[in-house]
Amino acid sequence: MSIQTRVDLALIAEMIAPDARVLDVGCGDGDLLELLTRTKNVDGRGIELSQEGVNASVTRGLSVIQGDADADLHDYPDNAFDYVILSQTIQATRNPREVLMQMQRIGRRVVVSLPNFGNWRVRLQLLWSGRMPRTSSLDYNWYDTPNIHLCTVKDFVMLCEDLGLHIDDAVSVIGNKAKRVGRPGSIDNLTAETAVLLMSRKK
Amino acid sequence: MSERKELQSETGGALGADAETLRVNAVSAIAHFGPESPLTLDSGAKLSPFQIAYETYGHLNADKSNVVLICHALTLDQYAASRHPVTGKPGGWWATMVGPGLPIDTDRFFVICQNVLGSCMGTTGPKDIDPATGKAYGLTFPVITIADMVRAQAMLLDRLGIRDIFLVIGGSMGGMQTLQWASAYPDRVFAAIPIATTARHSAQNIAFHEVGRQAIMADPDWQNGTYLDTGTNPAKGLAVARMAAHITYLSEAALHRKFGRKLQNREKVTYGFDADFQIESYLRHQGMSFVDRFDANSYLYITRAMDYFDLAADYDGVLAHAFKNTKTRFCVVSFTSDWLFPTSDNRQIVHALNAAAANVSFVEIDTDKGHDAFLLDEPEMFATLRGFIDSAATRRGLNA
Repeated sequence: MSIQTRVDLALIAEMIAPDARVLDVGCGDGDLLELLTRTKNVDGRGIELSQEGVNASVTRGLSVIQGDADADLHDYPDNAFDYVILSQTIQATRNPREVLMQMQRIGRRVVVSLPNFGNWRVRLQLLWSGRMPRTSSLDYNWYDTPNIHLCTVKDFVMLCEDLGLHIDDAVSVIGNKAKRVGRPGSIDNLTAETAVLLMSRKK
Repeated sequence: MSERKELQSETGGALGADAETLRVNAVSAIAHFGPESPLTLDSGAKLSPFQIAYETYGHLNADKSNVVLICHALTLDQYAASRHPVTGKPGGWWATMVGPGLPIDTDRFFVICQNVLGSCMGTTGPKDIDPATGKAYGLTFPVITIADMVRAQAMLLDRLGIRDIFLVIGGSMGGMQTLQWASAYPDRVFAAIPIATTARHSAQNIAFHEVGRQAIMADPDWQNGTYLDTGTNPAKGLAVARMAAHITYLSEAALHRKFGRKLQNREKVTYGFDADFQIESYLRHQGMSFVDRFDANSYLYITRAMDYFDLAADYDGVLAHAFKNTKTRFCVVSFTSDWLFPTSDNRQIVHALNAAAANVSFVEIDTDKGHDAFLLDEPEMFATLRGFIDSAATRRGLNA
């Protein structure tokens, strides 16, 4: 696990209240679920695309099914969870808007972490080299990247407003440093490499 | 539990001599249910008297919280972890799963495996004598369902003073019973592992069963089901039924890997209808050895019970409603090469459990061994089930 991933997971874990019902969408090998189960005593569930990840998670004693964010959130009833988490995955979904809508339907609160395509390094790379940017968190060629819906933090915040999601808390991550920003602004859109946002439905 | 003592003394000599039996502390027993406790069937008929033959492994703990119920498949029986009395096969049909230190750990759990209703290994079925006529039931035995089997199993557990089940587990038809248990007795089942199964028997699977039944009925020795009275044996029909079914338990890839087009003890084809190919010889052997241990009418009744299984039917066709408000922890398991109960069937169960906001895990095991993989050495299945069972046991307070 990279330092960035660990920081990401730790930040998300901080946002989760103890004893909550949690769904981790795109849970990988179950690292976050295990962390949350161990430190927050959550009732955790996971969805993971790769069967290897699912089997590894179940072997660790976690409740995980094979599935993906685009297809399998529809099954769950309204308000089934206290938190629905999507860690570094939204940019790889086919329909991010629909995924967010489903997340806010089945969870009282939604946690999303995403790579920021508005980061200054990304902007400069495109400007200077004239080629699609590659960074440590977005380390793919344009033709083989799973990240088909990249966005900036600002883009994401606007989508949330569109969907009636209130941003309760946000953290900007630069390297292995995290800064609580409340609500991300233009500076964060320039500096953040990753953003972690905690959201709830507007009343 | 007077019946148990009685049976233990009957088989005591054999028990003492069998090291494997000691290994899992196997106890064979039969419970009798007299006129005071009839079994009411889905068909409306009442079955009485009847009996259930079962095996137990391990020891029941003080608060009776460590019970594992194993539900067996169509032609299997209660001998999950001990030597089969007819075939002599050592270790039981689930020797890789049940035993000390294995995923179903007989050092920690009290394991019960019951022969299903309608079968022929000690639990009442069509080969038994109908006390009303003094003759074998044959086709006068009432048609039974998966729910009837489970209801009978619950009666045995009640008799044994066991209310809570830590884990219900089973593959294929055993998986159907597992789902039925979780649906009908949600507050008694802490965890459930349905393996390679379905909540609704498919048209294709009903079709295969019908081929098997017609093969049995086409055998003149079947005698309209009265072969026990006439002293005949529809062995040929039953063997053909088994041969056809056996193909569905395997996969094309496994058949190719094992047999290919290899010839049986000969250099070239004989231009006749002998078993030229190894696969023919293998299937004939499967058919012939099956008839030694299974009753033809039982095969009719149990396949029928599977055909009738449609768990959602009792809930307006919405499978999720069968698991409404369930607290049971589920782990659904399927196999990539299983075309009898394919992953898509198992995934439907998962979708329904999600819709019921149930706690569910779902693992698909990559194997070319087909449906029968659940009975075979599949290290990834063992690893994932061990993880699920250990985690559930911790939550149940069984890992002290």
